[in-house]
Amino acid sequence: MRTTQVKPKVPETTVWQHHHILDIDDFTREEIELVFHTTKAMKEVLSRPIKRVPTLRGKTLINLFYEPSTRTRLSFELAAKYLSADVANLNASVSSVAKGESLVDTLGTLQALGADIVVMRHPHSGAPYIAARHIEASIVNAGDGWHAHPTQALLDLYTIYEHKQNLKGLKAVIIGDIMHSRVARSNMWGLTTMGVEVTLCCPPTLLPLGLGPIGLDNKELPPVKIEPNIELALDGADMVMTLRLQRERQKSGLLPSIREYINLYQLTEARLAQAKPDALVFHPGPVNEGVEISPAVAHGKQSVINEQVANGVAVRMALLYLLSGSQKQ
Amino acid sequence: MKKSLLIQGGKIIDPSQGIEAIGNLLISEGKVSWRGKGEETPPHADYDTLNAKGLVVCPGIIDLHCHLRQPGDEEKETIASGTSAAARGGFTTICCMPNTNPPLDNQTAVEFIKSKSASEGVVRVLPIGCISKGRKGKELAEMGELASAGVIAFSDDGEPVLSSYLMRQALDYSHAFDLPIIDHCEDKTLTEGGQMNEGVISTRLGLRGIPNAAEEIMVARDLALAQLTGGRLHIAHVSTEGSVELIRRAKEKGIKVTAEVTPHHLTLTEEKILGYDTNAKVNPPLRTKRDIKALIQGLKDNTIDIIATDHAPHTEADKLCEFDLAPFGISGFETALGSLMSLVHGGELSLVTLINKLTHEPAKIIGNRYGSLGTLVTGAPADVTILDPNLEWVVEPKAFASKGRNTPLTGERFRGRVMATIYQGKLVYKDDSIKVKES
Amino acid sequence: MSKKVIMTEEDIKRTLARIAHEIIEQNELLKELILVGVHTRGVPLAKRLAANIEGFAKVKIPVDTLDISLYRDDLSSLELKPVVKLTDITATIDGKSIVLVDDVLYTGRSIRAAMDALTDLGRPRLIQLAVLVDRGHRELPIRADYVGKNIPSSRHEEIKVQLKETDGVDEVAIVSTPVAKEGR
Repeated sequence: MRTTQVKPKVPETTVWQHHHILDIDDFTREEIELVFHTTKAMKEVLSRPIKRVPTLRGKTLINLFYEPSTRTRLSFELAAKYLSADVANLNASVSSVAKGESLVDTLGTLQALGADIVVMRHPHSGAPYIAARHIEASIVNAGDGWHAHPTQALLDLYTIYEHKQNLKGLKAVIIGDIMHSRVARSNMWGLTTMGVEVTLCCPPTLLPLGLGPIGLDNKELPPVKIEPNIELALDGADMVMTLRLQRERQKSGLLPSIREYINLYQLTEARLAQAKPDALVFHPGPVNEGVEISPAVAHGKQSVINEQVANGVAVRMALLYLLSGSQKQ
Repeated sequence: MKKSLLIQGGKIIDPSQGIEAIGNLLISEGKVSWRGKGEETPPHADYDTLNAKGLVVCPGIIDLHCHLRQPGDEEKETIASGTSAAARGGFTTICCMPNTNPPLDNQTAVEFIKSKSASEGVVRVLPIGCISKGRKGKELAEMGELASAGVIAFSDDGEPVLSSYLMRQALDYSHAFDLPIIDHCEDKTLTEGGQMNEGVISTRLGLRGIPNAAEEIMVARDLALAQLTGGRLHIAHVSTEGSVELIRRAKEKGIKVTAEVTPHHLTLTEEKILGYDTNAKVNPPLRTKRDIKALIQGLKDNTIDIIATDHAPHTEADKLCEFDLAPFGISGFETALGSLMSLVHGGELSLVTLINKLTHEPAKIIGNRYGSLGTLVTGAPADVTILDPNLEWVVEPKAFASKGRNTPLTGERFRGRVMATIYQGKLVYKDDSIKVKES
Repeated sequence: MSKKVIMTEEDIKRTLARIAHEIIEQNELLKELILVGVHTRGVPLAKRLAANIEGFAKVKIPVDTLDISLYRDDLSSLELKPVVKLTDITATIDGKSIVLVDDVLYTGRSIRAAMDALTDLGRPRLIQLAVLVDRGHRELPIRADYVGKNIPSSRHEEIKVQLKETDGVDEVAIVSTPVAKEGR
């Protein structure tokens, strides 16, 4: 394509108000669309032979990861580097944090070191909110406990957007350990904001209290359908998201066995056939092939798992661009 | 210094005597010595006068449940700082829980509390002894020794008595001393790792929940054991609708149980935790509007006998961390009356009932061994709380006397404030606006 | 606020015709030429120029688009982020002659950013610049090869370019803000 249309309706400047990216529950639909739009531009940068723009030159991004994570950290690191930012990584397990330095003290250190953006992954829900109160830098939540993983939700949404353009009215099914999943929570928020109908499918012991359709006692939570039977849940679905099942769920007594989970909830080709023929299959990774998803489906033509990863870098570049500069609110 | 003090023109509310009228109260030599109506003045004229016009005068309020942290955690609070805070909150008698380090499971430990209170305490401190040795929940503590040392009850608070067998023994054994067993009701197998009430908000915040059932299961168990043994049971910090119903039915059956509720459980819901404010993290957790409604009703129909603060101070550093890692506890002495007055102003509780739940009712549970507490009857110790039910003020933890600034109420506007506190005839707290005129 | 129209629709049409002729005149190897429109209004201008060149010289010139938001040197101080639009550049620009097309040349910083972007994308043989309006006040050593109209202006004035494709009308106007009336 040699020429692109100029769309007069796209505004010249954004009204991006977020100084931090803590959760997707406070993003409006317009903001999510802005992220899509910016991601497209970033994907173009990634298609060039030299994947680099000077946008964040002189800015320092520090990855503060209290939980091991190769993929997400790499994704943020590359996103920042492609934007010409300086990047440093702090792995909590090998630094003074292991010696007992508190979160707030660590943030003070990062502030003193000149961090402009801190990307944080932490095993305790809410840690980035506490961080945001004690540092001037922007905080990007790369996953906090069970609570949220906003950048994952945004890259998942972008992936569907690339395929379907209009999300309103689509049907999404999320299968797996909803209780402990920040990916599920953030996706629930993101999908419902964009007008997608969300169904949760999981064993009742892995479903937290309070989730249900509008009208139920849940003004604090997005409206979703609950369907514990996987075949019924998948009926007519446009997208299927499978979540990683951790083996310790069985150890803590929430499931009788992994075997039974596989029997009842594994996404197999036969089950996937209940969904629409062009339904997309998602997984936030890393994939437990043979547990929550069969290898055939994971590598099948409906799987967009690798696209999610690719889009992850572009989405994170878009978010870093939108966050950069401008004073703290 | 031994001059008498006349508290003049205030509205005297003394539920123990059924009094609610404008009057004048004379305190001499540490005791209530005379009370008069309207313009009446005492027989002899040698006294200072405290002008209490427009204020409420009631018996010194009593807190049956607090944590003073000494010995062992003096950075969080000491008897000195805790009693100063209590005085600012209007309390003249406070009962300290034995989860200190070392715990109060023997005479020497109790003596320490008593002597520290006598030398550094600003108000009356009554000790509560452990139920089990070392609070380990395995063997009974030497209750007889503790009783003679002066404890007013037994509790392993902080922890529930997990073993039903031990709880039974405790209720049975304490019978001999006519002292209540105070249980912190929590089934720990259901609450392990729990951070806040289990419900919509915990799902939203991604925090592990503490379900109502965990409290109700232990309440039911304790009530059954109280029925079995005839021992005196006191349920600490009731927080759920279900618990209130269980206690109500037990009382109807004549089971010897009393119960308490905290100011925060009466006024705050789990929504206070949105934003991950660790200052709202408390055990039992803040619950829902429904639970609050049931708790208030429980107070009104006497299912719940008293209000107690469960004052639990922590250092700022303790609470300045990830929600999961923060200790449970709210510093409550200095906000108790202010927050409770919102129930009075909101028409949900009458002032007389409120004062009753803070004076006469707790005094009944404590008994007489420390004198006639919670009353302004002539001859009783001169413990008086003077409050302005309408004065507006803003909660500022930096101004607390307590070392614990951990309150979720920072910046909150209250209507109703303690203006003066008198303990055994001595003014132990006085707002600057209160003037005492020499005779 | 007062507005003075400097170029009407007819003026713009004639100017773009003239620039097209100039480009044809200056570039022997039209086949190696690429017009690159700088978002936003540089893009429709580039397309019109390409149409004119095709009309006069019967050669079809490719039109690419370039968004310079990511190359700006003032992002840190902007409260409102520019919306990043699509950059669509021919597979390779190595060895090609590029004519950058923009609506207004002012400080020169946008063109500096555009050149940085182009050099990240390849190594053109030649980069030239065509602008509809040159309003002076350069802050960098940048000059245009093809200028539609020179409009001297003060810093308190705004040169407002409107094009049918983006704004529904063709017009170039000077808009003075009340501050300007205080005289210089």
